[in-house]
Amino acid sequence: MASLKELLIPKFKEQFESLNYEFVEFRDELTILLDKKDVVKVCRFLKDDDGLQFKLCEDVTAIDWARSKNQPGGKGSRFTVVYHIYSIKNGFRLAVKADVDESDCSIDSVSSVWKTANWAERETYDMYGIIFNNHPDLRRMYMPEEFEYYPLRKDFPLMGIPGSNPLPKK
Amino acid sequence: MGLEAVLTNDGIITSTIDAVVEWSRKNSVWPMPMGISCCAIEMMAAGDPKYDIARFGSEVMRFTPRQCDLMIVAGTVTFKMAHVVKKIYDQMPDPKWVIAMGACTSSGGMYRSYNVVQGIDQFLPVDVYLAGCPPRPDNLLNALIQIQEKIGKTKAREFKDVKIPGLTVLNNN
Repeated sequence: MASLKELLIPKFKEQFESLNYEFVEFRDELTILLDKKDVVKVCRFLKDDDGLQFKLCEDVTAIDWARSKNQPGGKGSRFTVVYHIYSIKNGFRLAVKADVDESDCSIDSVSSVWKTANWAERETYDMYGIIFNNHPDLRRMYMPEEFEYYPLRKDFPLMGIPGSNPLPKK
Repeated sequence: MGLEAVLTNDGIITSTIDAVVEWSRKNSVWPMPMGISCCAIEMMAAGDPKYDIARFGSEVMRFTPRQCDLMIVAGTVTFKMAHVVKKIYDQMPDPKWVIAMGACTSSGGMYRSYNVVQGIDQFLPVDVYLAGCPPRPDNLLNALIQIQEKIGKTKAREFKDVKIPGLTVLNNN
């Protein structure tokens, strides 16, 4: 497990010299923090590189930190989009994270890299309202199409917003 | 034993239309298995030889609502699914009855959340609420017996839905 990390970090440095990124390791799980504009090209490199071969996109999800750059005294972006990817050949799991702010709530889609990301990104859109640019079919996944809210956002009440999800007439 | 003992004499039984229709209707309740989640497994178990719902004349699970008179809503009904359940219920011919099987269906159960309907009685007329998570198959049979009792007390010619106090809530024990 540790062997791929030793391969990955120098390779990454060599490939993306001018990029703004950071490696974080926590309990043997490696994470790359990126700017959201770089996500697609980094993902493509991680997938297509012969040594790394991150062929499996396990999940795309997001975190709502319930904070905003625009709030007085607030710093950091409201959302973080998280990609969990796995190299089947090396048996190595990696998380890629990119911050997305509420004022520009969008990020480029990686569904052109991994087809699995298609539905995972739709779910993230459905639950958090993050727009995935260049996504082939960005529709709601679970909630009804006419639903106006994003349920996994921290400001969404547990029991929902009355009247937003109508029942059939008795 | 049964009818043949009577029929060998004259071959004639006198009765009222009401009594005959009620008797035949309540002993041939055809369920619509609206199996949405885990309660459906117990509903299937009620159909197997161990519990044998056929003893009560209800083994004919019809997967088309047009041939059913009893809807067993077995499982968590989400807001999105509620429209489907209602549509299927509307397709069933009158007279018809509804069992709300299990905690989720009756009250939302443990899913106190924005996406689960907190009791299907918000959009369906429920006849029997069945407690349990999930209820055992014999509880479902008990609910069916309660429905039969209700059908027996419904005037066959009028199709009036009779509200019988104390009949609509079942306990788990």
